[in-house]
Amino acid sequence: MSGGSVRPATLLAGQNVLHPHSPAEHSITVLWWVMLGGAWIGLTLVAVLLVLGWVRRNRDALPFGGGERAATRLVVGLGIVTPILVLTGLFLWSDIFVIRSTAAPARGSTALTVQVTGHQWFWEIRYPGMKAVTANELHIPVDTRVNVVGTTADVIHSLWVPELNRKIDLIPGRTNSVLLYADRVGTYPGQCAEFCGLQHAHMELLVVAEPRARFEQWLHGESGSARPGTGAEAQRGQQLFLTEGCADCHQIRGTSAQGQVGPDLTHVASRTTLAGATIPNDRTDLTAWLRDPQRAKPGNKMPELPLSSRDIAALVSYLEELK
Amino acid sequence: MTLEVLPPLARRRAQRLGLIWEERPGLLGWLTTVDHKRIGLLYFFTTLVFFGAGGIEALLIRTQLAGPNGTVLSPEAFNQAMTMHGVTMIFLFVIPMTVGAFGNYLLPLMLGARDLAFPRLNALSYWLFLGSGLFLYVGVLLGKAPDCGWFCYAPLNTKEYDPGLNADFYALGLIFNGLSTTAGALNFIVTIFKLRAPGMSFNRMPLFVFAMLAVSLSLIFALPPLTTNLVFLELQRNVGFHFFDVAHGGDALLWQHLFWLFGHPEVYIIILPAMGIATSIIPTFARRKMVAFPLVALAELLVAFIGFGVWGHHMFATGLPVGALIFFAAASMMVVIPSAIQIFAWLFTVNLGRPDFRAPLLFIGGFIALFVIGGLSGIMFAAIPFDQATTDTYFVVAHFHFIIFGAAVFPILGGMYYWFPKVTGRMYHERWAQLSFWVTFLGTLLTFFPMHVVGLLGMTRRVYTYHHGFGWDAYNLSETVGAFVLAAGLILIFANLLWSRFRGVPSGPDPFYGGTLEWATTSPPPPYNFPVIPTVSSPYPNWDRADREEDLRRLEQGVLALEHDHETLATTVRDGYADVVLHMPSESHWPIVVALSLTVVFVMLLTTHFVVAGIFVGLAGLVLGAWHVREPAAE
Repeated sequence: MSGGSVRPATLLAGQNVLHPHSPAEHSITVLWWVMLGGAWIGLTLVAVLLVLGWVRRNRDALPFGGGERAATRLVVGLGIVTPILVLTGLFLWSDIFVIRSTAAPARGSTALTVQVTGHQWFWEIRYPGMKAVTANELHIPVDTRVNVVGTTADVIHSLWVPELNRKIDLIPGRTNSVLLYADRVGTYPGQCAEFCGLQHAHMELLVVAEPRARFEQWLHGESGSARPGTGAEAQRGQQLFLTEGCADCHQIRGTSAQGQVGPDLTHVASRTTLAGATIPNDRTDLTAWLRDPQRAKPGNKMPELPLSSRDIAALVSYLEELK
Repeated sequence: MTLEVLPPLARRRAQRLGLIWEERPGLLGWLTTVDHKRIGLLYFFTTLVFFGAGGIEALLIRTQLAGPNGTVLSPEAFNQAMTMHGVTMIFLFVIPMTVGAFGNYLLPLMLGARDLAFPRLNALSYWLFLGSGLFLYVGVLLGKAPDCGWFCYAPLNTKEYDPGLNADFYALGLIFNGLSTTAGALNFIVTIFKLRAPGMSFNRMPLFVFAMLAVSLSLIFALPPLTTNLVFLELQRNVGFHFFDVAHGGDALLWQHLFWLFGHPEVYIIILPAMGIATSIIPTFARRKMVAFPLVALAELLVAFIGFGVWGHHMFATGLPVGALIFFAAASMMVVIPSAIQIFAWLFTVNLGRPDFRAPLLFIGGFIALFVIGGLSGIMFAAIPFDQATTDTYFVVAHFHFIIFGAAVFPILGGMYYWFPKVTGRMYHERWAQLSFWVTFLGTLLTFFPMHVVGLLGMTRRVYTYHHGFGWDAYNLSETVGAFVLAAGLILIFANLLWSRFRGVPSGPDPFYGGTLEWATTSPPPPYNFPVIPTVSSPYPNWDRADREEDLRRLEQGVLALEHDHETLATTVRDGYADVVLHMPSESHWPIVVALSLTVVFVMLLTTHFVVAGIFVGLAGLVLGAWHVREPAAE
């Protein structure tokens, strides 16, 4: 099905909830380790009582003496009093205090806002105030608080970059925000977390955290229009793009291609992956994708195009120039 | 008490009861039966078939996910298998198994009654359940099974994104199924309130009965939001309404609120009967009554009640206002308390008694361990920031399988061994039963424990495939191996039961010296359950030997034997004083006819033939009328 589905090699980080790279995710991790400690204590207590029940199966009294009354008192102590104390503590700590660190950033409290729109099955990414539109690769400056505002164009999706913060659901007619902050330069993978149909599995995302200067340079580049194809092959590719149906669904700013169904391809060559971060963006994979878009990601909206191998090669040459 | 040992006068009364209560033999007898025990067995075997189907779906899922880039299932096939696995296990296995099979078979026996309050309604519940299950599986055979996940969120479930019949099978199938469950729950509530043996005041009810009462009350309050939701969905899909359509003023989140307002109480509906089974098995094998009995009874009812206030914790990532989040988190933590009361009551009962660790108690020990693991990970979801990180990952899948498989199914399996001698009159094979426990237990841990880890490593649920390189591969392989070990354990159990059904040693009426009334009658019980309605003076009436000897004397004297007609005794709701003798309906073909016409109704709704559907609703109404008019005279 997902033949050739190889995890892109450029990734540095994983999707490990317990490898935090932001203060918010760090507080979630601390919460986890403390809760895990408590859980082990609880489980050990129960396991000890179970084993004692087996070891002392021929004796009537409790291991520490006492009969019915003592047992009832223990049920009240361990089943009512202890949970109330422990859970009140956990409630106050996690749901009154820690919850603040995963709250949506206050309006205007961040230097940068990014808009993410979920589609079946890719992420549309916009930078308000700039013309930049991209897909599946969300660039942010490192060590900077970024407000990511999310919504959806179709069904419910959920935006989640495990090493940076909690997830937010992208719901029709609503917007939710999450603070993204990366304390280290790198690429952080994320994934759609809410089941969104056939290709939910291949709705992946990369957050690229770069030094501020590089980020500014990238954003500036993304905001510009596409360069026209250079050389005969690429020019023929551009012509094919505009006439063979590609333009009905995809936009390439600076050309007559204004489709809004699939991802914006103005600077597609600057991205490291294709198809919702499913396959690497290189000549081989792009060629295979154009030849049979339903192979790597069956059910996606891109149809198989009636193109010859030569046409596909020309298209690839053109798309590869769209840096 | 077998007939042969009875004194002559008592024997004659019992024989007379046999003639009155005996149903038609053969296949026709099964189709028209109103005997709660036979209906319980019908439920049992039907749900086992669905359990097999849900299990095969689980193995398909695990085979596909055994390694990265699996190609066993297409994405569409995976989504259908994943959805049907959830729908089957919840709606066609656990609930009909606990409520339908265990509840049906055991409630009247534990209460000292001769049947449920509405035997024909009970038959109707079964036939509707069968109809709804077949309806859903016709979807599977057509390749159009529901494919939107068991909670099937809007707007993914609307025609725009799910144009086939898949979501219609889901919506109509579950409405259909809900009819059956609602009828069953009402029947149980009335039975528990009115058909208890004289002397069984509310505080002397067995804890299993408390659990079934809590479940039944939950069901009748939890199902209406689900049904409403599903009706909204069908109206939007097929009639042009816009309940979940933002463009026309609807709201996709409405679905989630209504769904989880049903869905979370549903979790307790799934696990409460299991708690009831645990509180039946533990006292028997610990050879003493439950510690903190009133607290445990209260806890069972409290779980059901608090369960209605926690639905929002399924929606912590949807952007609900913080105040709402905190309310639902607090309620979710509160629900821990009644569970903790029960856990420690079980543990101290075992510690205080002289437990005999035979297979049923082993399964309950396993249940306690798995329930505690699933409960502890459950508490973590009440810590909102952690939930927002791990919701919709395999960590959640791990959590709810520890609850639904570990905590709900283990007692079911233990209960199968425990009541097997009662139902068949033969013993299961103890050594093989103990082995089957260990295989099942290890399989369960191997399957579901690694899911915690892959969840924390970022694997989201409901993905049909995944990339190599996230560190998930080894854990997934272990889960798949575990799933097959688990399947082997289950096969061992059912093979044991099947073998023992024919080769097992005769068990006698009470092989374990159980405390509740089902052990006071023969194994298997006669059609009339008890030759004389027993009287009760404690929560463990079968341990009150004087009362049981008194039963024999009363049978000989003809006090409360009710052997002149098809009758049982109703008592007062709170104190269980003898109230009135009820004439019970006899076998009937009307329930299956009503169920058949309603099946046609749902098929017609599926194919949007609304007029034909209306005609068959009318027909079902006429049959219901006939059912009440043509009450046959007493034999």
